[in-house]
Amino acid sequence: MTLTTNEFVPTGAGDDDAQLLTDQEQQWVDKFMDETTLFLGPDPAIMRHHQIMPRSEYEEECIGQGIDPLEIDRIRKRLAGALDEAFEMCESMGAAPGAKWADLSCAVYTAEGDVTYLSNRGVIAFSAVLHHPIRYIMKNWKDEPTVGINEGDGFFHNDSRFGMVHNTDQSMLVPVIRGGHIIAWVGATIHEGENGACEPGGMPSGSETPFDDGLRASPIKIVEKGHLRRDLLTFLQHSTRDPKLMLADIKVKMGAVRRIMDTVDRLIDEVGQETFVASLRVTVEDVETEVRRRIGELPDGTVTFNQFVDSTLKENILIKFACKITIKGERMIVDLTGTGPEILNRAINSPLASTKSFMAQAILSYWWPDLPRSTGALSPIEVITEEHSWADAGYDAPVGQSLQASFRGFSALQTAFAKMQFSAPQKYSNVVAPWFNQINDFLWGGTTQNGEQVGNLCADLNGMGGGAKAFRDGEDAVAPLFCAMADIGEQEVMEEEVPFLQLVSKRLVRDNQGFGKFRGGMGYEMIVASRGTPSWGFMTVTSGSKFSSVPGMFGGYGCPVYPLAMVKGINIYDIIRKDPSQFNLSMERVMNEQPFEGGDYQSAHMGLQFDVAKEGELYMIAQGAGGGYGDVLERDPELVVTDLELDRISAHTARTMYGVVWEPETYVVHGQATIELRAQMRRDRISRGKPYKEFVAEFVSDEPPADLLYFGSWGQDDDEELLATHWGGLEPERVKGKLEDLPLIMIPDRRVLKINRLEARVRELEEKYGETVEHKS
Amino acid sequence: MRVPMTEYLFIDLDTERWICRVCAHDFGDARGNYKEGTLVHDRDPREIHPPVIDPEKYEFTFSPDPAYCRILEFYCPTCGTQIEAEYLPPGHPPTVDMLWDIDSLREKWEARGDDPEEVVNYGPGENAVTDLSARFDSVGGHSHSTHREGEH
Repeated sequence: MTLTTNEFVPTGAGDDDAQLLTDQEQQWVDKFMDETTLFLGPDPAIMRHHQIMPRSEYEEECIGQGIDPLEIDRIRKRLAGALDEAFEMCESMGAAPGAKWADLSCAVYTAEGDVTYLSNRGVIAFSAVLHHPIRYIMKNWKDEPTVGINEGDGFFHNDSRFGMVHNTDQSMLVPVIRGGHIIAWVGATIHEGENGACEPGGMPSGSETPFDDGLRASPIKIVEKGHLRRDLLTFLQHSTRDPKLMLADIKVKMGAVRRIMDTVDRLIDEVGQETFVASLRVTVEDVETEVRRRIGELPDGTVTFNQFVDSTLKENILIKFACKITIKGERMIVDLTGTGPEILNRAINSPLASTKSFMAQAILSYWWPDLPRSTGALSPIEVITEEHSWADAGYDAPVGQSLQASFRGFSALQTAFAKMQFSAPQKYSNVVAPWFNQINDFLWGGTTQNGEQVGNLCADLNGMGGGAKAFRDGEDAVAPLFCAMADIGEQEVMEEEVPFLQLVSKRLVRDNQGFGKFRGGMGYEMIVASRGTPSWGFMTVTSGSKFSSVPGMFGGYGCPVYPLAMVKGINIYDIIRKDPSQFNLSMERVMNEQPFEGGDYQSAHMGLQFDVAKEGELYMIAQGAGGGYGDVLERDPELVVTDLELDRISAHTARTMYGVVWEPETYVVHGQATIELRAQMRRDRISRGKPYKEFVAEFVSDEPPADLLYFGSWGQDDDEELLATHWGGLEPERVKGKLEDLPLIMIPDRRVLKINRLEARVRELEEKYGETVEHKS
Repeated sequence: MRVPMTEYLFIDLDTERWICRVCAHDFGDARGNYKEGTLVHDRDPREIHPPVIDPEKYEFTFSPDPAYCRILEFYCPTCGTQIEAEYLPPGHPPTVDMLWDIDSLREKWEARGDDPEEVVNYGPGENAVTDLSARFDSVGGHSHSTHREGEH
């Protein structure tokens, strides 16, 4: 079977013999359907499969000529070198802020689209999802007379429904052709940012339909026989707010891909076409085989890890991301049943391929980082999802902020693995607590001091706190979950291009930790204010303001939650100019002391739709922390007082959380007093803890609290039975049932709900005070 | 033969029981849910994650909202070690996070022929080498069956 030719018959055909067609009849039907198809959408036969393709006849022939593992290794290393070189070209020349900080990747693919090798740096998920568009191009455009695939052609796309992490990324996919046959593909993908969505920056938290998600390019031939097509380029430029960015980075990707192609050409000249093709194929197969073997090393059983996400980015809800991972011999099944339904007018839904791409990210960077970075890594793992859940969104669901669900696909695998691998004698990565998993970052847009229209984001999304390891603290602001060697950028450089200052840029927030025997890496705070611009605004796109985004591991605690804080109605630059002592900013001081007269001090959850930022108004957020590892009472007291001395934790935390007694003047630990306090704290635990069955009888309820807007299964005994909140009338009601039986879930505009509440209150007061007012609608 | 399954939990393949690596407390059948042998406390998350900005003035403060989030702390009934901390919505059943195939586990370790307490570590790298043997053996005074489930 192949998914890239028209030989494939979609599943779902009836098994009634009377329905079977003869070959001739089937050809007529295919021809008719081909000629009368209204348009080609994402193909379920392609999009719902992540397994590597079976060997093609040509690959079989090439492999049949003999394999020399050493030669294959040499080819792989040459490709790795070329990919890293192309990566650096994109990083050095890319116009997108994301490119400058390593939010990109380059890869080589088999003819059928399986990733053979990725650049060592960059975002694994970006390239690990591109087998979908390659299969789409091969299936639909290869034999299409109006398109075709020729030497020198290059294909562009950004719509994640066709296989992309999210719509803010853009790809360039180029075929390797020999003797008229496609024998491989090379590609580059960059997080471009601006994409013409309803808000600037490419990751709109406010999108309510797929049309709000911005540019929706299915794979199109943007480069024809080496030449960039001006008509399509112009269309793309007119579709976004940053036409210069679009032009520059298409050219950058063309250049980078050309560099990879140079190495590919030389390699083929040196080793021969057959050996080259065989090496690509064998690499993919070898990785798959090795992954099966490694699964077999893990203990058989089931690990369950549920996540609860507290925001649609417009209002607070609680939606579940359920995950059960079962290992049996060399089989691994990842089952997301129990995950909440898609919400049809909120941006947080993720296409299945995007969710899976972050599973590949977890496997290749946190489970088995020594493996060649190939599609073969996810291929043997079975993934069970329900279509139209928020982790497997349908065609009509907005996906502008799909990272809300797809990052949870990463965390599901990364977190569960500590338990899956703990007892395995052979490990390929360290036991580690959960990595931070949110985009605590400012997105921005407007007119720059140089008069340009832009929309993009800060590099601080790359400053996620690392999870604690089993033998050391997590690293502060070390790297995003999706890229091991990303950069958090030079703020001063960025300030030459954008009209705002980070008045506080990288200051750690006290107690912003996942506490534990070893604590998680900390996050830092950022305070920004616009300056010297006729129009500017900020956004934030993060959940986790009421429910911690990541837990700890083996008794350690998770991260805290993160607010957005703002001071509107002031101009901090005027204030500082008059009184330089006021340049003493921290979220804690500003919000608690409210030192600026006339300021409107606000806290909110971290889903801020594009908010017009007048000159000098303050916007404040903090980057997140990784999870802690192990019991806090086992933390070395010296590490506790070191954190205390550096103001990383409060005295309250040192004493009441870690049970340490110290000399305040000298920070010398009182050893015996600490031992005694900790012993008492353990006795207190035993005293207050309730036997499990008794606890469950008191704590567990049949349903979530009535006023919680909940989505997903409740418990894990029957994950197919979902709960959801439905606005069938004016008030929300809780509905239950299997996913396919639930009504479509849409959430009313929160501002309308607020007006309703205020109007009701007005009427109540009018009645109370006997005021007669005639209300007309 | 005792297999370290987490930082604080062994599975004793001879007795097929979950036991505490710190004090040898018996948490119950290794084919079942170890949490059933623990003591549990429903923590207000604000006690663990203190507010950074004033909760009297603001709704969002760095502290989780107790109406959305609780922290269930699972303790060993004998030594008081906190072996798990789970973040859950109020009223949500605690997660059965690990269920292992004991026959397969035994088969794998018997085939290897070495002692899990000696060979299991935290992964690659010199600083990940650790001692995951029973702590109660080194301090003495406990036997595997000193504390059976339900006897605390």
